[in-house]
Amino acid sequence: MLRRLIPKIKQKTVPPPVNTVERMRNSSEQHTASIQSPVPTRHDLEMLRPHIVRELQAIVGAEFVLTEEVDLIAYSIDGTWIEGRPLAVVSVASAEEVSAILRLANRERVIVTPRGSASGLSGGSVPLAGGIALSMTRMNRILEIDRVNFVAVVEPGVITATLQAEVEKLGLFYPPDPSSLKISAIGGNVAENAGGARCLKYGVTSDYVMGLQVVLPTGEIIRTGGRMVKNVTGYNLRQLFTGAEGTLGVITEVTLKLLPLPKYRLTALATFERIDEAASTVTAVMSSGILPASVELMDQTTVQCVEDLLHLGLPVDAEALLLFAFDGNHEQVVRGELEAVTAICYGGRAKSVRIAYSDEESERLWRARRSIAPALARRKPNKLGEDISVPRSAVPAMIRQVCAIALKYDLLIPVFGHAGDGNLHPNILCDRRDPEEMQRVRSAAAEIFAAAIDCGGTLSGEHGIGLLKKEFLEQDLGQDAVQAMKKIKLALDPNNILNPGKIFPTGKSEF
Amino acid sequence: MNKQASFRVPIKFVRRGFTGHDVPEDGIMQKCVRCGLCLPTCPTYLETLRETSSPRGRIHLMEAVAAGKLDLTDPGFVGQMYQCLDCRACEAVCPSGVEYGKLVEAARTQIERAMPGSTVKRGLRWLVFHQIFGNMRVFRLLCRLLLFYQRSGLQRLVRKCGILSILRLKEAEELLPTFPKSFLSYSGEQYGAESLVSTKNASPSTSVLPVAGKTATQVALFAGCIMSTAFAETDRATIRVLLAAGCSVVVPRHQGCCGALTVHAGDMDRARVMARRNIDAFEQSGAEYIIVNAAGCGAALKDYGHLMRDDNLYAERAAHFSTQVRDITEFLASRSFSSPQHPLHLRITYQEPCHLVHAQRIDRAPRELLHSIPGIELIEMRESSLCCGSAGIYNITQPEMSRRLQERKIKQIQKSGADLVVTSNPGCYLQLQSGLRQAGSTMRVVHIVDLLDMAYRQE
Repeated sequence: MLRRLIPKIKQKTVPPPVNTVERMRNSSEQHTASIQSPVPTRHDLEMLRPHIVRELQAIVGAEFVLTEEVDLIAYSIDGTWIEGRPLAVVSVASAEEVSAILRLANRERVIVTPRGSASGLSGGSVPLAGGIALSMTRMNRILEIDRVNFVAVVEPGVITATLQAEVEKLGLFYPPDPSSLKISAIGGNVAENAGGARCLKYGVTSDYVMGLQVVLPTGEIIRTGGRMVKNVTGYNLRQLFTGAEGTLGVITEVTLKLLPLPKYRLTALATFERIDEAASTVTAVMSSGILPASVELMDQTTVQCVEDLLHLGLPVDAEALLLFAFDGNHEQVVRGELEAVTAICYGGRAKSVRIAYSDEESERLWRARRSIAPALARRKPNKLGEDISVPRSAVPAMIRQVCAIALKYDLLIPVFGHAGDGNLHPNILCDRRDPEEMQRVRSAAAEIFAAAIDCGGTLSGEHGIGLLKKEFLEQDLGQDAVQAMKKIKLALDPNNILNPGKIFPTGKSEF
Repeated sequence: MNKQASFRVPIKFVRRGFTGHDVPEDGIMQKCVRCGLCLPTCPTYLETLRETSSPRGRIHLMEAVAAGKLDLTDPGFVGQMYQCLDCRACEAVCPSGVEYGKLVEAARTQIERAMPGSTVKRGLRWLVFHQIFGNMRVFRLLCRLLLFYQRSGLQRLVRKCGILSILRLKEAEELLPTFPKSFLSYSGEQYGAESLVSTKNASPSTSVLPVAGKTATQVALFAGCIMSTAFAETDRATIRVLLAAGCSVVVPRHQGCCGALTVHAGDMDRARVMARRNIDAFEQSGAEYIIVNAAGCGAALKDYGHLMRDDNLYAERAAHFSTQVRDITEFLASRSFSSPQHPLHLRITYQEPCHLVHAQRIDRAPRELLHSIPGIELIEMRESSLCCGSAGIYNITQPEMSRRLQERKIKQIQKSGADLVVTSNPGCYLQLQSGLRQAGSTMRVVHIVDLLDMAYRQE
């Protein structure tokens, strides 16, 4: 009885019955009776045909097919501000279910957009074209951690941080560390070939994908690769699906390579008056034969934003801050690397180098790097985070170009990122509600891409193309390469039902 | 997409949006960049793995209502606004600083105004929020009736005869606290001013150790509604501990319920009436700090500034009031006082109340206090800051989800291997107690202040 304190709530989600149109007409009359809102809106509601909904329910169970308005709205977004609207959300638990759904989709020509945690930054899991949003979150089991073969076999919905915690308990290590690791799913990481700070030393996700189980767009379930260290049997399909952004197949199982867990970790933070000095120091470090676990850069604008938030006493007149992380199994060796790099930094005219010997001190140094997102959010509510990847040697030139573009368009564009591997994140700060500013943002983004390509770089190092960068694809890769990719897409997905409209240019910009 | 796979339905009705005051603010919603970092901290997302039951999803639903894309009274929307626990774990990890609590509370207020509901519902809400929590005399009368119900043996009879299952009050009745014989009244009584004499002659063995060379800090105790009745002993323990910390304590008259439950149930206007009463009562006390020993109340009191922001008479006073509020743990940890000397040999684990750790960001202070008691072994449980499912009256209005979270929490407590679980919020206390009982465990729950008091009194 006490439940009546709050409004009566429908407990179960039941799909709309066949006479949905009737029901909606009736409810619309009810609403009109108690109207107060002043804006009349004429709209059309698109709905999936009932027989298709019934078939989906038969495949996964009625409670895992969502067609309520609130569910469709909630599943229309990812980590960007682009919105689509699925006609149904289907949550799957096995490769067989995915296969049945894709076969149905091909038969009925329904679009399917797979999604993990939808924390992606390029629009890859936004169901822009409608259709079915295929949620893999229930497939979240770590199937096996093999300590002899150093592999982990996981379902695509396993959260990255969860996998890392579990393998670390056994003294193993899964290095790729995208900033979203607390929520991003392994399936999504594979589909976008996620990176992270440690990629400098340890490589990206594709370096760890040893095997996949994939459901092809036409419904066949295939396996590629496995636990074997070496494998040249047939085409290397596992590397084809990695980074394909959910357009060539739905990943239903991943076999990942693991490494032994390094026992020691040390950190150093170096400040530089001039960005060129920072960049040449990075080169000097790499040339000296030392490979730090990561080298992160924060430019002056970024440092100013972070200092505004944290008041750590960071030098706001420094053009660049470099954060070095070292790890390894022998304390002496790791210390040696740290000390050598410290010397190189001073040799490279660093103004100061702060060293952290304990985990706690490391945390404090990393705090600045981790607080970049909240620091930027204080300046402006939204940001367009770019992800350009240039050769290491081009980093200073690229940063200077970004500064020039920022001045030209009167925008705040802090740059930070993985200086060690040349993958930088210029973040164009903006307010989505201001159309004039957004126009400048678009122009600035286009110029940044052009500058990256000019420097010998590319559009995306780790976020993927998705919806945000597709219009620039040909500019980067050239027509022939794009055509070759399209041929592969057509071969695997003749009806173009799996995540269409992503990666390849459509002539319509999505931001 | 093939035209035959879908069809279009022309709909022509007007969707209700947010109107009037107390709307989910656009400025707050704008800050959400949809990164999704809130999802792994949200208890309802962890339990359902559904985007709709996540903070990111709910914020997007509110944006849709504000944009006219979703009706305010849509059952799915209403359902989600109330499936949310308002635990604010999402706020604590949000890199963009989205104040989610304010959004969901405003959304609920909008819903309640648009859908007042049946006469029964309106009557029940009036009874509970206007009369019981809104009027301390009625509240205390009800408590005395419950005390009689418990001590007279009536409770045993009622539980046995099965009428509770018929009335569907069984779960709610299980949560009832055991009332002590005497409550703490809002008497205006002053404790401790005269016992703080010259420090030089005070021997080290006295139980009240004055802060050397200073006059006592005058604090006012927010005695609370349920804390001053069902947990009156904890209130008294709070006074003793404050005295030991060199304060003089007053329990101002005419104070009442903080209004947290009222806000969470979407009745901001009634909560404002309650806030005014409290602000008036505490202003007169002249105290420097307002000490509160219930996490939920502390969070609500600290939000008075926001609650009263549009009130011409009270806006500034409420803002000032909020700056004076201190949770007992943060207050004690910030003062130098001598910790208890006598050891308590206990293996304890600490359940972090959501409104302490997420809403007030207090996590170190309680642990410092626990560590200051010699002999205590503090074992951290996993998911210590995941909501236990109590969430105000959530355990009554959303029993299924509440039970799932309760079971999850009890499992973690049992896994920790501790003998005792410490917390600092009455809702959590009752939820854990009921959960442990149902799991057949003999583990006890204790309020952190009671534990401190125990340590002091051993001396």
